[in-house]
Amino acid sequence: MMVDQVVIPALKILIVLNAVLVGVTFMVLLERKVIAWTQARLGPMRVGPYGVLQPIADVVKLMTKEDITPVKADRWVFSVAPLIALIPALIVFAVIPFGPEVSLFGRQVALYITDLNVGLLYVVSVASIGVYGIILAGWASNSKFPLLASLRASAQLISYEVAVTMTLVSMIVSAGTLSMVGIVNAQESQQVWYLFVQPLAFFIFFVGGLAETNRAPFDMPEAEQELTGGFHTEYSGMRFALFFLAEYANMIVVSAVATTLFLGGWLRPFPNVAALSFLDLVPAWCWFLAKTFVFLYIFLWVRATLPRYRYDQLMRLGWKVLIPLAIANVVVSGLVKVLL
Amino acid sequence: MGEWLLFYAFSLVAILASALVIGQRNPMYSVLLLVASFGASAGLYVQLDAPFVAVTQIIVYAGAVMVLFLYVVMLLNQPREDASEWDRTHPLRRPGLARLGAILAALLVVELGWALVRSGTLGAFTGDTSSLASVRTIGQVMFSDYVFAFEATSVLILAALVGGVYLAHREGSR
Repeated sequence: MMVDQVVIPALKILIVLNAVLVGVTFMVLLERKVIAWTQARLGPMRVGPYGVLQPIADVVKLMTKEDITPVKADRWVFSVAPLIALIPALIVFAVIPFGPEVSLFGRQVALYITDLNVGLLYVVSVASIGVYGIILAGWASNSKFPLLASLRASAQLISYEVAVTMTLVSMIVSAGTLSMVGIVNAQESQQVWYLFVQPLAFFIFFVGGLAETNRAPFDMPEAEQELTGGFHTEYSGMRFALFFLAEYANMIVVSAVATTLFLGGWLRPFPNVAALSFLDLVPAWCWFLAKTFVFLYIFLWVRATLPRYRYDQLMRLGWKVLIPLAIANVVVSGLVKVLL
Repeated sequence: MGEWLLFYAFSLVAILASALVIGQRNPMYSVLLLVASFGASAGLYVQLDAPFVAVTQIIVYAGAVMVLFLYVVMLLNQPREDASEWDRTHPLRRPGLARLGAILAALLVVELGWALVRSGTLGAFTGDTSSLASVRTIGQVMFSDYVFAFEATSVLILAALVGGVYLAHREGSR
C-alpha cells in the first residue's frame, strides 16, 4: 500500500526529472556537435575525449557565475520568472508514457508517472502556462531588448498554440480518447501509427512545436542581430541556466508528445507483424527514447539547415496557413470518422 | 488526511491571492495574483474529481484570458495607482464610478454572508460524481440539452471578434 502509493511514484518522478535534466545538458553538447559537423567543424573537443564532458564544465561555469539583478528590474518578478518558465516544461512529463506496465522485481509497475483521463488537455494547459515565464522575464528586466523579445515570443507562442491545439483535436477524433496511454493503445489496436493517418496534423504539430519552443527557423525572440540576446538578455548565471533548461526541456517535451501521438509511443515498429517479434528483445521504453531522439535530432538538423524567418512571414505562416489547414484537418477527420 | 490538507492549502492560496489582487498598487502583481488564484481553484476542481473542468480553467483563464490582461497592463506602461489622493475620502463619498465600486463591494459581502448562512441548510451533493464530470458526458449534454446556449455563445463570440477586428482596423487606417 505505502510502497505502491508513495514510494514508487516518488521514485518515478525522481528518475524522470533526473533523466530530463541530464538529457538537457547533453542535448546542448549534441546541438553544438551536430551544428559543428554540418558546418565542417569539430565542435567542442577540449573537455574529455571528443568533448563529452563539456556539459559538466558548462554546468559548473553557469553555477559559479555572478548572478546579477539589474537595478531597475522588478526584483520579485525577475527572480520568479525563470522558475515559471522551467516548472511547466518539467511537469508535462507527468503524463508522458515511456512504456507500458511491466513487472519489475515481482511488482507491476507502469512506466509512466500517471495516466490522466484528460492527459492531452493537461499537456495543452501546462504548455499555455509556460508563456508567463517569457512575458514576465521580459517585463521584469525593465530593459528594451528583453521586452521586445518577450512580446515577440509570446505573440508567436499564442499564435502557434491555436494551430497545435487544433491538430490535437483531430488526434482526439482519431483515437477517441484524451489519455496519452489510451492514444498509444489505440494505435496498437488500429494497427497503424497516426503519422500515416494524420500526416497533415503531424506536419502542423511539428512546425508549431518548432515555433512554440522558439527554435530555428522561428527563433525570432532570440534573434541575436536585432535583440542582442532575447528575453533573457539581463539574466546571468544560474537564472539564465534555468531559461536554457526550460528551452531544451520543452524540445524534449515536444519530441516526446510527438512520439506518443504520431509514432506509436513505446510500440516497436510493425507491432502486428509476427516475423519481426525479435524486435521485442529491445525494451519498450528504449523504442520510446529512440523515437524521441529522432525528433530531437530533426530539431537540430532544422536549426543547422534553415535560415530564420522574418517576423511578418512567421505570423503570416501561423495565422493564414497553419491555422486554416488545422481547422480543415479537424473537419475532414471528423467527416471521415463519421462516414467510414 | 492528505486530501484535507490539500483542500485547505488550495483554499488558502485561492482566498489569499484573490484578496491580495485588490490590494496591489501595481496592476502587474494583481494580474499575477489572479493567475495564482485561478491555479488554486483548478486544484480544488481536481479534488472534486473534475479534472476536465480544472484543465479548462487553466487553458481558458490562466492560459488565454490572463495572458491578454498581462499584455494590456504591460503595454499601458505599468500605471501605478496613486494612493494619496484617494485615501483621503471615504469610499462612499467618492464621485461617480468609485462609489459604484464601493456599493458593489458591500453587496458582495452581503451575498457572501447569505451564502454562508444558507450553506448549512443545504446538504452536500450525493450521487455518482465520477461520470458527471467526464469529457464524454459534458460533450453529450452540451450538444443536446444546451445546444442553443452553446450556439448562441459562439455567435456572441464571433460578433465580438468581428467588432474587435473592425475597431483595430479603423484605428490603424486613420
